Amino acid sequence: MAAPVLAGLAGTLFPALSNGAEGFRTLAAWPGLPRASALSLGSGLASTALSLFLCITLLAAFYGTGGFTPLRRLLAPLLSVPHAAAALGLAFLIAPSGWIARALSPWATGWTAPPDLLILNDAYGVSLTLGLVAKELPFLLLMALSSLNAAQTDRAMTTASTLGYGRVSGFVLTVLPGLYRQLRLPVYAVLAYAMTSVDMAMILGPTLPPTLSQQVVIWRMVPDLTQQTTAAAGAIWQLTLVLFALFLWRICEGLARHAVTLWATAGLRAPGLDAPARVLARLAASTIGLALCLGLASLALWSIAGDWRFPDALPRSFTLNAWHIALPDLLPATGLTLAIALAATLPALALTLGCLEAETRHGLSATPRAMTLLYLPLVIPQIAFLPGLQTFALMVGAEGTWPAVAATHLVFVLPYVFLSLSQPYRSLDPRLTTVGRALGKTEARIFWTLRLPLLLAPVLTALAIGMAISVGQYLPTLLVGGGRVTTLTTDAVALSSGGNRRVIGSFALLQMLLPALFFGLALALPRLIWRNRRGMLA
Amino acid sequence: MQRRDFHRLIAGLALTPVLTGKTLAAEWDGILSAAKGQTVYWHAWGGDPKINAFIAWVGEQAQARYGVTLEHVKLASTADAVARVQSEQAAGLTTGGAVDLVWINGENFAAMKAAGLLFGPFAEALPNWPLVDVAGKPAVVTDFTLPTDGFESPWAMAQMVFEYDSLQMKEPPQTLDLLAEWAIANPGRFTYPQPPDYLGVTFLKQVLYGMVPDPALLQQPVDDATYPATVALLWAFLDRIHPALWRSGRAFPANEPALGQLLADGEIFLSFAFNPGRASAEIAAGNLPDTIRTFTLEGGTIANASFVAIPFNASHRAGAQVIANLLLDPEVQARAQDPAVLGFQTVLDVQALPEQAKSRFDALDLGVATLPPADLGPALLEPHASWATRLAADWTARYGAAQ
Repeated sequence: MAAPVLAGLAGTLFPALSNGAEGFRTLAAWPGLPRASALSLGSGLASTALSLFLCITLLAAFYGTGGFTPLRRLLAPLLSVPHAAAALGLAFLIAPSGWIARALSPWATGWTAPPDLLILNDAYGVSLTLGLVAKELPFLLLMALSSLNAAQTDRAMTTASTLGYGRVSGFVLTVLPGLYRQLRLPVYAVLAYAMTSVDMAMILGPTLPPTLSQQVVIWRMVPDLTQQTTAAAGAIWQLTLVLFALFLWRICEGLARHAVTLWATAGLRAPGLDAPARVLARLAASTIGLALCLGLASLALWSIAGDWRFPDALPRSFTLNAWHIALPDLLPATGLTLAIALAATLPALALTLGCLEAETRHGLSATPRAMTLLYLPLVIPQIAFLPGLQTFALMVGAEGTWPAVAATHLVFVLPYVFLSLSQPYRSLDPRLTTVGRALGKTEARIFWTLRLPLLLAPVLTALAIGMAISVGQYLPTLLVGGGRVTTLTTDAVALSSGGNRRVIGSFALLQMLLPALFFGLALALPRLIWRNRRGMLA
Repeated sequence: MQRRDFHRLIAGLALTPVLTGKTLAAEWDGILSAAKGQTVYWHAWGGDPKINAFIAWVGEQAQARYGVTLEHVKLASTADAVARVQSEQAAGLTTGGAVDLVWINGENFAAMKAAGLLFGPFAEALPNWPLVDVAGKPAVVTDFTLPTDGFESPWAMAQMVFEYDSLQMKEPPQTLDLLAEWAIANPGRFTYPQPPDYLGVTFLKQVLYGMVPDPALLQQPVDDATYPATVALLWAFLDRIHPALWRSGRAFPANEPALGQLLADGEIFLSFAFNPGRASAEIAAGNLPDTIRTFTLEGGTIANASFVAIPFNASHRAGAQVIANLLLDPEVQARAQDPAVLGFQTVLDVQALPEQAKSRFDALDLGVATLPPADLGPALLEPHASWATRLAADWTARYGAAQ
């Protein structure tokens, strides 16, 4: 995993340093640099901290209770929403000419024309931060759910509550320390993603100046190509900022650990925290769920809307034009997207299972260093190594074909598949294997007939996550595919540069459909296969 | 430098009488037979479904007439294609490149031509070239003051027009002073895309045209000595209107589609575009109210041409030339000018066309919001490319990090 990233990084560092590091000089001369850097750091750290805080609150308030089931059902569809589509949906919801304003105008607000209010693209990146939270919270929640062992958690919580601890207090003191160890790398990935996201920042983020990642893209697109070295230097600076943010985050981790220890030694039961935590968790979950669902509903509506003007709450007429435009590209693009996603995800799944199986059989454990290498592609900003990787692929003559694209996707898919599968795998009860061995079964037999069936649900979830990640890749597909590999996402992003909400709506729905299908399978198949084995569904 | 001189020499050769009509025709037959069965990858901005549908239609024509398959590689930005050819050059790929044809103009062209990334000259040897209105539309051979030298072939003309809602505004402001007055009297209802977006920079250049005493100055590269005095009035104009712009000038739309969306959402009442037929086409598609009309400024607005070029290492050079020629076909040009299709202005000299071809243009209904060609007013030439770069950089320094 490290090799392609390092090769790509070298390919970026080289132009950044060329000509006496001219790129860094022009970067330093850009007046927006301090603010853009601060925006990247601020929105990245704030959205990650908020997502993690809400994730913990939700788990502490509801894990193992009936209130959690609807939330768990909502997770899969929310995760399959592409970032750009989620951002566009949210933008249309909250803009001064958006759906909320339309629904309230003019009868409640008196507005006959949209008010001139700076809600989107606000200077402090508040819209951007909230948009990122809406997208990252479901991911963290899913990661946490796949790391938590229901029985162990239940025992710990019960013990804590018999000692008089509140739910929140019991969760933080008994479950969280172990959970966070598993969640740490996903959190780092979220932090790096939030700081470098381009598509969300483009739609929701500030513009004067934009965030650093957006500015790097703008430099890359300057027509006379004079800013390529600045873009490369910007990408390296972006990487430095991400590393700095990770460093800050680690300091905060230390402080938090200290605080939890103090909390534990003080023996604070704090049952009073539970009621506010429940309210907050309910509020956050319903706001985010509702906002994303309404945003998507608005995109779906736009895809069939004819004339729809402010302040009409609904379109005046309907047309299937956008779908007619989308259809001719639809079939080939869907087929190719599916092929690439499978070609990237199935090997990722096989590799992950192979690693984990070797771990279990030989009693090995992954060193932190190996894990860091595996997650390198998630932590290094894409823009910092993809252009370099493209040049590398060109030199070996591998680019422009869909297998090459699938191979690049593997770099991004593998860490996520590993992330989502490793914990369920490791927390399988080892006594089952012992029983198997005692009955004289071979290791292979134990794997195929014992471990894999037990892990059916997590394996299918990992597959769905891998598919969703592959389907969502834009830059790797465009750069390594040489423009000849057209997926739903490359089409969707090219079309969304034209800002036509009707067409964007139709493509965003299609883009969601594939991952949603696999998430649906991951939910339905175990239920179908184990319909007579209730214990397998626990 | 050497390579450029060599290209000039070749360009000169193409125009010498040595190549008679006969040899050209024989050469073209060779190109046609080489093109047959080829798949041409045309890298073109893919942000507009109308343009995408038009390119798909051109592909059907190419297949039916010449057996050439056209694949539209939909880009979010032309710079992606330029950067791609550049990295192919860096990787030493002198043949077998991914890009066969690219929709290009302005600084992208200047950059590729200067770096020797283009194949050519080829444009003036195309069989349909004599139909092009070189005398009446000098922009077809001069791209941002840079002579095209046959390294790119035009396929559409564009001119900046303002779009307004006739319900909100009775008398459109046809001078910059009136425009500023209207913007200040109607706070929040006018804006422009954020430079370095090309349409945003075009707005700056348009204002500059209204401010400089001698417009010929803009045809020269930026002169550092006179530059501050030349642009002082432009910045004064912007300083005056910015507080009254959409979001008080604290945010700007990203590009032309985003600006158009603001008009469609009713957030702004006055907008502009680089396509005189855009408003009519959007009205026809149901995306804009039918009360939108267009106007140009007294003294004229900036106009330029869109081109196609072939990279030096294109895999399907013959097929690419066949497509470039097909784009100049009167039937294709008339279809592009139809507001129900694209609403682009033609690059051909319609009056000089044979009767049957001419009738295709005469039959077009330009749409409610499109000005007849006679009312478009003077077409101002694009300033030298260095102005765009400099204005964009200075705008960013003045306003781009203002918060």
